[in-house]
Amino acid sequence: MTEFLQQILNGLALGAIYALIALGYTMVYGVLRFINFAHSDIFMLGAFSGFYLEKLFARYFASAFPPQSITAAIIIMLLSMAICAALGVAIEYLAYRPLRKRPRLTVLITAIGVSLFIEYTCQHPAVFGPSPQAFPKLLPEQTLNLGGVVMSSNQVVIFVVTGILLVLLTFIVQRTKVGMAMRAVSFNERAAALMGVNVDRIVSFTFALGSALAAAGGILFAIKYQKIEPLMGVQMGLKAFVAAVLGGIGNLPGACLGGLVLGLVESAVGGVARLSTYRDGVAFAFLIAVLLFRPDGLLGKATKEKV
Amino acid sequence: MTIKSHSLRILGFCTPLGLAASLFLAGCGDGSGGGGGGAGDTIKVGEFASLTGKEATFGQSSHNGTQIAVDEINAAGGLAGKKIKLLTEDTQSKAGESQTVVNKLVSRDGVIAVLGEVASSRSMEAAPVCQAAKIPMISPSSTNPKVTETGDYIFRVCFIDPFQGTVMANFAAKDLKAKRVAVFTDAKSDYSKGLAKFFKEQHLKNGGEIVAELDFNGGDSDFNAQLTTIKAAKPEAIFLPGYYTDAAVICIQAKQLGITVPLFGGDGWESEKLVEIGKDAVEGQYFSTHYHPDVGSDKSRQFVAAYKRAYGSAPDAMAALGYDSMMVLADAIKRCGSTDSTKIRDALAATKDYDAVTGKITINAQRDATKAAVIIKVEKGEFKYVETIAP
Repeated sequence: MTEFLQQILNGLALGAIYALIALGYTMVYGVLRFINFAHSDIFMLGAFSGFYLEKLFARYFASAFPPQSITAAIIIMLLSMAICAALGVAIEYLAYRPLRKRPRLTVLITAIGVSLFIEYTCQHPAVFGPSPQAFPKLLPEQTLNLGGVVMSSNQVVIFVVTGILLVLLTFIVQRTKVGMAMRAVSFNERAAALMGVNVDRIVSFTFALGSALAAAGGILFAIKYQKIEPLMGVQMGLKAFVAAVLGGIGNLPGACLGGLVLGLVESAVGGVARLSTYRDGVAFAFLIAVLLFRPDGLLGKATKEKV
Repeated sequence: MTIKSHSLRILGFCTPLGLAASLFLAGCGDGSGGGGGGAGDTIKVGEFASLTGKEATFGQSSHNGTQIAVDEINAAGGLAGKKIKLLTEDTQSKAGESQTVVNKLVSRDGVIAVLGEVASSRSMEAAPVCQAAKIPMISPSSTNPKVTETGDYIFRVCFIDPFQGTVMANFAAKDLKAKRVAVFTDAKSDYSKGLAKFFKEQHLKNGGEIVAELDFNGGDSDFNAQLTTIKAAKPEAIFLPGYYTDAAVICIQAKQLGITVPLFGGDGWESEKLVEIGKDAVEGQYFSTHYHPDVGSDKSRQFVAAYKRAYGSAPDAMAALGYDSMMVLADAIKRCGSTDSTKIRDALAATKDYDAVTGKITINAQRDATKAAVIIKVEKGEFKYVETIAP
């Protein structure tokens, strides 16, 4: 029984990170109807921003923000999110905006190009280098024992941060003016523009928001696994994308649900001897099975194709 | 549709390119011949190593050791009046890369012999290329038995996993006093699978019990699911034959899950990155390897001094084996007095009691070296020598 509960906890912790990344995919898809493949690399850049910011802080601001303090961790996280938000906006401005009127496939291929560009640039020894790096401890770590089920304090941090960001995101999208504009652009770009919505600015904002979430995901990932490398986003990004599709792409709660479900499936399979190496395969098979019965994902609404 | 296009880009681009490149290079090789490396006033020796990527410290150590050997030989006047020119290629710790770069070394650069790799999977990838071109290849530290089974041109200067697995199984029984052992294998690595197999055989022979057997994919980040199952099986120790990056991350997660029994592994653990990433989670864990700078012959002490002068740190086993691989090759060239690949091969096969840094090297009928293993414990972030186990 403890083993079962432990596996559920493992799955939820993994799923929470998938969910954060999946939100970025799904949001951009919701507004622009295209998959930003570079999103997984923003996730990686977020982790590396945190890595270098921590070094910077430990060196110059150690007295004001002692290492492993909560304030330092929060500031590093917010700064990384800001850096990645700026990067996300820059990528959209330079690579996607000039192609917005072109067929969607063009933008999609460009996104793959941007993704490869970031991955291989970062692997250059003059940038980050291809070797894995040890991520410093941003927070003191403690092990909590809940009647046999073991949980690291970092796990709690992941749940709390993911929860806060989710609520915040839902608030922005559902309750603010800019969120309303995002939904309007998502619904009909031309009509929104005619109603006075500045589409370019809304798209930039969407990318900033999504990239900031990816950065948060990157740092949470790094806090949990303590190892970062330039290709860390590839596998995580693919899984998060699956999570987004599983939950219904374009649907924010769906992305979270998809992430958690995927995390749980992986944990369930990963814990079985002889099946453990097939867990990615099982996760993808699960996606196919779900899509066979619910082609729009778990929470997605059926849309009619406009011809 | 979109997933497909993402992965298709890899399949669609890399495979034909790689194939075309290797075909092209192989085509060149037929014309220029493989023995051209000895012509002129230099002897060209090829080296392929994981200088970057997941197992970067292996390749770098090994390369540093090899480079010291080359410098020493050249400073002493070279071999038969010719200087050695070391041509090094990076395999990026990636599957598929070794074959391409060794093809280049053999066909385009015309090297007389090839040194490399540390990882068994990558040595096994390159071995058929060297065998087909009849260019001797010496792996400094690949321990999977299959590496030299490729053919009679493939050698190694280290022990093999049946021995290492036996050593670790006996260590688990005698020193750790662990009867109930869990085995956690990297399903992507021939080294890991081989070592796990030989460990299990000896452990069962010793009257031990394998309470859990799980696999992981090298390079993954989350091992919690497997470790939870392992923990539930209540082992007294966990055998983890993998490479250092994965080993460090697994030790961290084992600690987070409250696993307190020792984890132990093979020579794949030996890297400063193990401690850098694993920090306090790898403290008190054990592994077996080929060599420790604290114990050894005069030759070993000279090598340690030379290495410290050149790189400012003590050499690890991969560096010592890199040095030995070059020295064994040089010894063979000296003995046969030729740079002809077939003659070098015969001389290599006849290597007997060569006094190397990592101990006396005798190449046996399977073209493997029979040598002792050392056990190391991680203590206060350093690798402490525990004991030497003779074959």
